[in-house]
Amino acid sequence: MLSRIVSVSLSAILAENFIFSRFLGICPFVGVAGCRDTAVGMGLAVTFVMSLASAVCWWVDRLLTALGLAYLQTLAFILVIASLVQFVEMFLRKNIPSLYRSLGIYLPLITTNCAVLGAVLLNAQEGSGFFESVFFGAAAGLGFLLAITLFAEVRERLDYSAECPKCFEGTPISLITAALIALAFMGFRGMKIL
Amino acid sequence: MKLGRIFREGLVKNNPVLSLLLGLCSTMAVTTSLFNGLGMGLSVTVILCCCNVCISLLRRLIPDSVRIAVYVVIIAGFVTVVDLLLQALLPALSESLGVFIPLIVVNCIIIGRAEAFASRASVPEAFADGLSQGLGYTAVLVIMSVVRELLGSGTFGAGVFNGGAGWQLFPEEYACSYLILPFGGFLTLGCLIALVQHLRTRRSSPESREEGGAC
Repeated sequence: MLSRIVSVSLSAILAENFIFSRFLGICPFVGVAGCRDTAVGMGLAVTFVMSLASAVCWWVDRLLTALGLAYLQTLAFILVIASLVQFVEMFLRKNIPSLYRSLGIYLPLITTNCAVLGAVLLNAQEGSGFFESVFFGAAAGLGFLLAITLFAEVRERLDYSAECPKCFEGTPISLITAALIALAFMGFRGMKIL
Repeated sequence: MKLGRIFREGLVKNNPVLSLLLGLCSTMAVTTSLFNGLGMGLSVTVILCCCNVCISLLRRLIPDSVRIAVYVVIIAGFVTVVDLLLQALLPALSESLGVFIPLIVVNCIIIGRAEAFASRASVPEAFADGLSQGLGYTAVLVIMSVVRELLGSGTFGAGVFNGGAGWQLFPEEYACSYLILPFGGFLTLGCLIALVQHLRTRRSSPESREEGGAC
């Protein structure tokens, strides 16, 4: 059980990184990762919502299957995620205003982050157990955090120092950078975890 | 008249992927072969048209404060319909697109068009906008998947043409299989956007996006 959880988590962070090998959550990745602080904030918010959503959606999935409504999965999951994000936002605003202020703008964006829905759907597809799902969600979020932070670091340097052809300025060179990081992350695929 | 302009906007000027950078996840993830790219593009186009029409019809009934939630429910409904239809009619496509079909729900193109256009336009305009944005998205997917499939596995149109076999244009062992992997997705899209930026700066009129020869 424990070894399974460790291997699921490690592979979700490294070998099967959501951004670099599964292509989930690219929009905030390209859009937000301008500087490191915002990237870290976004990554933490996503990790938090993702673990929570994995836990809640596991029960929702159980309920839908029991009622024979499995075809409503997508609809139910996105509603759960949207309301969860709303609740988290309200809770933080009331209780931890400092965290709310630093995450503020990123929270509503998480609803449309396909990494969150992706993690939940993948869990449902695999039919994982409760703890496995939660750890997978958390680890996938951490993988997202790792990727977005790494990328922000590279991009900060890119903006200041790099010279590139005019037509590659902006998004194209960022995507090519991401391609090279993805290539590096492929190295983790050969790793045998437990 | 106005519809013509809407079409030009979606296909070239305001192309959802190349200009607005929306829907990047699916653009890179599914374009490993023409079959997948075309299937994904057309599915999104169908969903986009249905959602735009539906939202345009309901635009006076939806209260402003909960509009995003309503849009999400409408979109998720149509996505589920398309998902089930694909599972029944084209199981091969449904299998290879996997989780990316239900993920159309969070594709920013659809909710973006609902918010920016369909909630304010008449039904025919909303339909035309959905069609043109969807086809603009499909065009990018087709270009990317042709390039990646050709260079990555040496085939053209496997699963679509020639009775499903496609054409093997050169032996697979000469192909650069890295282009099929995630690395190739980022690289091809980067080159494609660079090509478009180049064409835009070279001539003021941003016409004719030819095949991505730059990569």
